[in-house]
Amino acid sequence: MTKTVTDVVCPFCGTLCDDLEVVVSDDGKELHDVYNACAIGAEKFLHSQAKDRITHPRMRQEDGSWKEISYEEAVDYTARMLTEAKKPLMYGWSSTNCEAQSLGSEIGELVGAVMDNTATVCHGTSLIAVQDIGIPSCTLGEVKNRADRILFWGCNPAHAHPRHMSRYSIFPRGFFTGKGHAGRKMIVVDPRVTDTAKMADIHLQIEQGEDYELLDALRVALKGGELPDVVAGIPKNRINEVAETLKSGRFAIIFFGMGVTQSLGKNHNIDAAIALTRDLNEYTKAAIMPMRGHYNVTGSGQVWGWQFGFPFAVDLSRGFARYNPGETTSNDLLRRNEVDAIFVLGSDPGAHFPFSSVKKIYGLPSIAIDPHETPTTEVCKVHVPVAFVGVEVGGCAYRMDNVPIETRKVVEPPEGMMTDEEFLGRVLARVKEIKGV
Amino acid sequence: MAEYLIKNGFVFDPVLGIRGDATDIAIKDGKIVEADAVKNPKVVDATGKTVMAGGVDIHAHVAGPKVNMGRNFRPEDKLFGYKPGHGIERMQGGFSVPTTIRTGYTYAHMGYTTVMEAAMPPLYARHTHEEMRDTPILDQGAYPVFGNNWFVLEYLKNHEIENTAAYIAWLLRATKGYAVKVVNPGGTEAWAWGLNCENIHDPVPYFDITPAEIVKGLIEANEYLGLPHSMHVHTNNLGNPGNYTTTLDTFKLSEGLKPNSRFGRDQVMHHTHVQFHSYGGDSWANVDSRAKEIMDYVNSHDNITIDMGQVTLDETTTMTADGPFEHHLTELNHLKWANADVELETGSGVVPYIYSPNIKVCGIQWAIGLELALLAKDPMRVFLTTDHPNAGPFFRYPRIMKWLMSTEARKQQFDALKYRDKVIDATNLAGIDRELDLYEIAQMTRAGPAKALGLSHMYGGLAPGLEADVAVFDFNPNKPYAPDDIEKAFSNARCLFKSGVQIINDGEIVSNGNKRTLWVNAHVNENPQVMRDVKEKFLRYYTVTLNNYEVTGHYLQNPYVIEVDATQ
Amino acid sequence: METVTLTIKNQPELYLEADTISPDTFAGKKTEEIVDLPVYIGKEPHRLGDFFEVAGRTGATPAETKIVVNGDLSRVKYIGMKMTDGEVVVNGDADMYVGAWMQGGKITVNGNVDAFAGTGMKGGEIVIKGNAGNYLGAAYRGDWRGMQGGKITVMGNAGSDIGTFMNGGEIVVGGDVDVHVATHAEGGRIVVKGNAKSRLGGQMVEGEIYVFGSIDRMMPGFAYREDVDLEVDGTKGRFALYEGDLGERHRKRKGQTIYGKLYQQIQA
Repeated sequence: MTKTVTDVVCPFCGTLCDDLEVVVSDDGKELHDVYNACAIGAEKFLHSQAKDRITHPRMRQEDGSWKEISYEEAVDYTARMLTEAKKPLMYGWSSTNCEAQSLGSEIGELVGAVMDNTATVCHGTSLIAVQDIGIPSCTLGEVKNRADRILFWGCNPAHAHPRHMSRYSIFPRGFFTGKGHAGRKMIVVDPRVTDTAKMADIHLQIEQGEDYELLDALRVALKGGELPDVVAGIPKNRINEVAETLKSGRFAIIFFGMGVTQSLGKNHNIDAAIALTRDLNEYTKAAIMPMRGHYNVTGSGQVWGWQFGFPFAVDLSRGFARYNPGETTSNDLLRRNEVDAIFVLGSDPGAHFPFSSVKKIYGLPSIAIDPHETPTTEVCKVHVPVAFVGVEVGGCAYRMDNVPIETRKVVEPPEGMMTDEEFLGRVLARVKEIKGV
Repeated sequence: MAEYLIKNGFVFDPVLGIRGDATDIAIKDGKIVEADAVKNPKVVDATGKTVMAGGVDIHAHVAGPKVNMGRNFRPEDKLFGYKPGHGIERMQGGFSVPTTIRTGYTYAHMGYTTVMEAAMPPLYARHTHEEMRDTPILDQGAYPVFGNNWFVLEYLKNHEIENTAAYIAWLLRATKGYAVKVVNPGGTEAWAWGLNCENIHDPVPYFDITPAEIVKGLIEANEYLGLPHSMHVHTNNLGNPGNYTTTLDTFKLSEGLKPNSRFGRDQVMHHTHVQFHSYGGDSWANVDSRAKEIMDYVNSHDNITIDMGQVTLDETTTMTADGPFEHHLTELNHLKWANADVELETGSGVVPYIYSPNIKVCGIQWAIGLELALLAKDPMRVFLTTDHPNAGPFFRYPRIMKWLMSTEARKQQFDALKYRDKVIDATNLAGIDRELDLYEIAQMTRAGPAKALGLSHMYGGLAPGLEADVAVFDFNPNKPYAPDDIEKAFSNARCLFKSGVQIINDGEIVSNGNKRTLWVNAHVNENPQVMRDVKEKFLRYYTVTLNNYEVTGHYLQNPYVIEVDATQ
Repeated sequence: METVTLTIKNQPELYLEADTISPDTFAGKKTEEIVDLPVYIGKEPHRLGDFFEVAGRTGATPAETKIVVNGDLSRVKYIGMKMTDGEVVVNGDADMYVGAWMQGGKITVNGNVDAFAGTGMKGGEIVIKGNAGNYLGAAYRGDWRGMQGGKITVMGNAGSDIGTFMNGGEIVVGGDVDVHVATHAEGGRIVVKGNAKSRLGGQMVEGEIYVFGSIDRMMPGFAYREDVDLEVDGTKGRFALYEGDLGERHRKRKGQTIYGKLYQQIQA
């Protein structure tokens, strides 16, 4: 027989849907079905049941093959690697819970590590922009209940955050938005005709790499200033049209993603978008929000914020926290050969970093903590599988609008498998032993 | 547990009425006991030193989403001000918005042991609790905000006090909160549309209820429940020249109302950071101090308590649930502005601010805060705060003590103001030569706040039975001292005990303590109407499910529940 | 002026954090004390003498102290950080943060520097004979107070993000620059003698930018005003004046709105 667990929180993306229903066997050992999730979320739950899952830690041998080792041996390898390195990098943290992130911080402090999370290749540039200009924002419920002008800039929620538009931004009938999507205007800025762009009332097919210029032009347009005939491939009458559309709404919201955070200018693009949002508040209510990718990269930023004062790229090597993207960010550290050991937990730099960085990971003492086999585990010396947070163990996660929601355990992990917290707890104890503290 | 005897210190305790006599204080099993009740105590020699109960901060922004925004969006606040970890101390950073670790240690160094987080947005309560959990040593609680909450606005429009009370009880339990906090009532809901409520009769768009009705209704609901603390309000019109009339109008809403509380408080309204609400004039050119008018009212109405919100003349970070105010501030100083409106509940804004001694208005603000305290007839009703970090960082409390205790120190600060004469003309401070003594300081920083919080059965004094929260300072009030000695001594407690555990020995942190999280569980009659309304709003308007909203116990470090029976 | 000479004898396995190499730290110290000054590789503390041969004498004050550093310093960070006076000469390439938060004195680098040189500079002079990396004379992350004063001269090329949040002082680049020049500037002066790419004066409130060479793309918020004859850093020429960033806020002085100014030399 089966039972259904309700109000389950999906541990995949920053949309952090919390209305999933998961059907499990009565003894809680098998997961049978998932309802309400998008295709990606459903797969996150279902694939945890894969029969060929790695269930034991393993160590790369001289001949390139894997050999199973015990958790104890993995703990010892990790603790030694971190304590012996002059400047270890502890990266990832985005697909795990806040409890594990907090333990990781304790370890990082003891071993003088650089702590970095996936924002470093994603919305870290947004965080830099916020540090330079702030951010007028809101929770997703404000969008649902009030927003009538929605602008997606450089992001494709139809693919990357599939339930965003139905739960929050375009379709819901909220308190002041009873007409649902009929009462909203949708604008998309994207060089491509994406599935999201196809839904838009206005699609600005911007010239790639010229977002900063277009944002500047929109700010000029808002003030009623003179514009060149064409900016970023968009004719000036279209620019004025968009400015008017945004101004004429009761509540405008801008969502943005990698299209602007990682293209030419990076943080400057976000800075300009935030400046535009600020300016819009002189005419109507306006807010802006980053479409965070991993389901708990936001949480990692919050935990490090209150413990160290910085949301990513935190260098603890001198016994106190320092921060400067370009110096303390993972890819810069790898590019410059500034770190001598890599610890990865809860993300996949092997897939997301430039290949030149991945080669460096391959050449250094390295360990990956991940339930999956990934391009990262392929280049690391030790791979430790752990339980899936949000599926096999609970813990706190932060949504893209910083709202903290507690994920649930719905099914048992494979026999003998540790959670991130359990593994990190052991590593912390071993590190303290080695250091004699 | 260890027994301690703190011998022969100059004790200042308004609860026992000791005004600096050399007295022994004994600790056993985490509590203060009679001196003869300890058999084999460790002796702490406090000869020549000042002894007080641990400090109680009734209002500081130290834990939660807007505090963390302040940290994450100000890397420059950390530059060069770090403290490496050593021994049992973890690393510390941040000047105006310290990390949670630094917050705990720095309060401890000042001899403070209880700190209340001033504003918790209910949807983000989990975040506030995670930060409080990571703040060592201090007992803490947090105040959920109610003054812009859709349930409250709808119930109070129809004056449904019982329903409001039921909702308050439910929300306190769901968020593990301590008290009813009200910030810019109605105005922050208006701000969700870019508007504001400028005075207490300005109706909230759509909800059509006035701030006065919100405040009055929440006072009534708070007393219906008989909660430990009173309604705690930051009224409308903060920071604007001429706003003192709004403040007096707000005070008057409490007229004639008596507290219903078995927790020992005498007030029905606590108004916070009153300095920001005491301005006369009608522009920045002619703004002046109305602390006299404010204190005339406070002095003659004993059902009100206030805290100062003292400006310390530092570069700091402002952060408040008064969203429209922060927007106004960034339009003034053009510095970075973060804003976060919270569905159905509240909002917030964060903007850095420099209170420069070279700016006339900042000098006037500095004077006003001190005037409020120096004009107080009853120091048990006027508390020392900076609305940290809004008017200044909390580690300046000893400097404020210095200013309150020494006309010489005030004169030194006056002389450092660029527009000294203009500031003197616009304020009353230069003409006040009252100097507070340590007994009055103890009233304003320990006994008074504890009583107003309904926690006088635990904190604020050194009577037997109270928590063994005891601070020893290298300060001899009977020998000649320079004003700076006050600041130095009260910034570096020689010894500190929290719940009977020694936290500081010889000025060094020796324990991370065992902090507790206080919250209030109010029991009311079953209210099917309110539960139906709650279910419906979660289904239709919130973006999290009802079952995922409540903060479960494991987020709280050592939860300490205060039960209140409000069943009729 | 007394001179101390450091010659690097060992390269660090990673990078050397040498914020102790500054006239302010050296002044009044004997050679034995200088050799013992701390330097760091990651979390490992070392002594300056582990990596450098030290010769010569220090002055009694920073103003009387000159430091010459020889060798390949491309893995040495923070040379001259926070100095208030005196002189530093680097004969080689240096890594990040050369002269960061400098208040006075002079640094000369006979080579290239990496990123963040002159971060948060308040005064003094930095001369780089080779190329500079990104964030030259920029503000520290989040600080709206960027370069306040002083002068930075680069003979070669510079990277991106030069003079962000600049408030005062001057940066002169002999060669080309990358994107984002004087972003968010509220004052100061930047001269680019070579070519520029795009995003010059983005979100600029006030300040001056001079470009002798080409500009690939002008910000839409900069409007052409007029041609003027100027002499800039010894070069006489005719310049097209653009004002902006028109999307940004601007201050008024004596009733006049003050814009950022971008001058581009008109090539014959």
